[in-house]
Amino acid sequence: MRWPPALVAGAALTAVFVLAAALSFLWTPAPTTGMDIAARLRPPGGGHLLGTDHFGRDMLSMLMVGARTSLAVAVVAVGFGMAAGVPLGLLAAARQGSLVDEVVMRANDLVFAFPALVIAILITAVFGPSAFNAILAIGIFNTPVFARVSRGAALALWTLDYVRAAQVAGKGRARISVEHILPNILNLLIVQGTIQFSLGILAEAALSYVGLGAPPGTPSWGRMLAEAQTMIALAPHTAVIPGTAIVLAVLGLNLMGDGLRDITDPRLRGAP
Amino acid sequence: MLRFALSRLASLVLSLVVASLVIFAAVEVVPGDPAAFMLGMNAAPDTVAALRHELGLDLALPLRYLAWTGGMLAGDLGLSYTYRVPVADLVLARLGVSLPLALYALALSTLIAFPVGLVAAARRGRAADWGIMAGTQLGIAVPNFWFAMLLVLVFAIRLRWFAAGGFPGWEAGPLANLKALTLPAVALALPQAAILARVLRSALIETMGQDYIRTARAKGLSERRTLVAHALRNAMIPVLTILGLQFSFLIAGGIIIENVFFLPGLGRLVFQAITQRDLIVVESVVMLLVFAVILVTFLTDLAYAAVDPRLRRRA
Repeated sequence: MRWPPALVAGAALTAVFVLAAALSFLWTPAPTTGMDIAARLRPPGGGHLLGTDHFGRDMLSMLMVGARTSLAVAVVAVGFGMAAGVPLGLLAAARQGSLVDEVVMRANDLVFAFPALVIAILITAVFGPSAFNAILAIGIFNTPVFARVSRGAALALWTLDYVRAAQVAGKGRARISVEHILPNILNLLIVQGTIQFSLGILAEAALSYVGLGAPPGTPSWGRMLAEAQTMIALAPHTAVIPGTAIVLAVLGLNLMGDGLRDITDPRLRGAP
Repeated sequence: MLRFALSRLASLVLSLVVASLVIFAAVEVVPGDPAAFMLGMNAAPDTVAALRHELGLDLALPLRYLAWTGGMLAGDLGLSYTYRVPVADLVLARLGVSLPLALYALALSTLIAFPVGLVAAARRGRAADWGIMAGTQLGIAVPNFWFAMLLVLVFAIRLRWFAAGGFPGWEAGPLANLKALTLPAVALALPQAAILARVLRSALIETMGQDYIRTARAKGLSERRTLVAHALRNAMIPVLTILGLQFSFLIAGGIIIENVFFLPGLGRLVFQAITQRDLIVVESVVMLLVFAVILVTFLTDLAYAAVDPRLRRRA
């Protein structure tokens, strides 16, 4: 089978970011903790490939460590959303039309009424800003997304013959959900996971930008943008570079998600 | 239709009650006594007690919840701990910035998305379609607050066409305010327009395969008329859904954009309230935002049922 170009491009971009984040544990072009005021706000080129920020820190090194924060927050938050949402969705589908189904779906609607940012505001007002709270906010917001996707897909599967056969064979609903339904909605969940992952990166950046995410001292793309804001006229590269990193990472994940969807859903083949 | 509307209304009320309980409980967890906070470290205990009584903080929890929600229904959101003015006045003044901003952005994103989505659908698979799809893919990936910073860099700092931020106030005349809200609205609208254009395109392509479109073509209607008069109307359901969802994103996105442009809207109010631990303001503004989202969802549901009678049965 030929791989869709979107998938190849997306996977390549994503790989670059994952590798950069992984490499940052072992090596960065320059340390990100020290200050070098003499070398502050250098434009790209020379000793610093992407220039330096207002403390004279190397932008490329900051980006690499920032990728770590973005990826970690997004992965954990999406994992949280999946871990909570998928079982709820499967449960609702297994008991379609029952009180459990109704309660799960209404609770979903309710969580949807609290946009991630509003959840983050509420959590921060109570516990103060931290990366953990950003994860919690994005994770809570992700839960109904996965519940809805897995319920919808599972409902369609419950009408199929092999599921009926399993019921006739005496398997319980929980066991059928895990053994027969879950494996067959896995590809759908992976596609949705990719999309939520990219939304998670955007959300983490936005939360850190307004000071509700990563605390000061933790390099994060959103924080870099917040710090660049006052110096944008003086040193545009401090704002342009982290933003470009966010766009490329999100673009990569979205392209990968679209490509994966095209492979798993042949009806969509050929659509850009 | 009436039964459908009533059942949706019941679920709206239930959602509001649960949401208010969640918000109230979350804020109640916060340690610290607002009255002591307002009066400072050296306040005499009986002054603190008097203020606690005045703010209703000495009541039992269920009574305080009822006082809060009952007050909200009557338009009384309580007294701000730091500003010492009614929260309702603060919110109302800030709403005068946030609401026009959200509506301006919604109008812009619709104005951009419809022609773009129509062209992409009409030219499906050709160069124009690929170009538009690539552009919208990029539009979705751009964080709106970063886009806002770039707009400031180009149009305020380099070209000096707009101010970099601030809001002159409605006394300065509608034109001055429209100008002040233009960059923020564009920043909010563009990523939303990208999503809307993609949804519109795929909805149009889906309807273009239907029989009644073949009939329209067979009776000799031009391609353009078929698309606009027949397909567009039937593609409106998914578009309405997204428009409804976008409103909640515009409200939330507005909170961040207001901070980029130093606009005195609800978003700025909330962030100031968080740093000043003015929890009654946080509580009321969050409740208001959630109410707006729930209300829009309710209205979208009704709009669907009006557009497509098949959906009424699903109540």
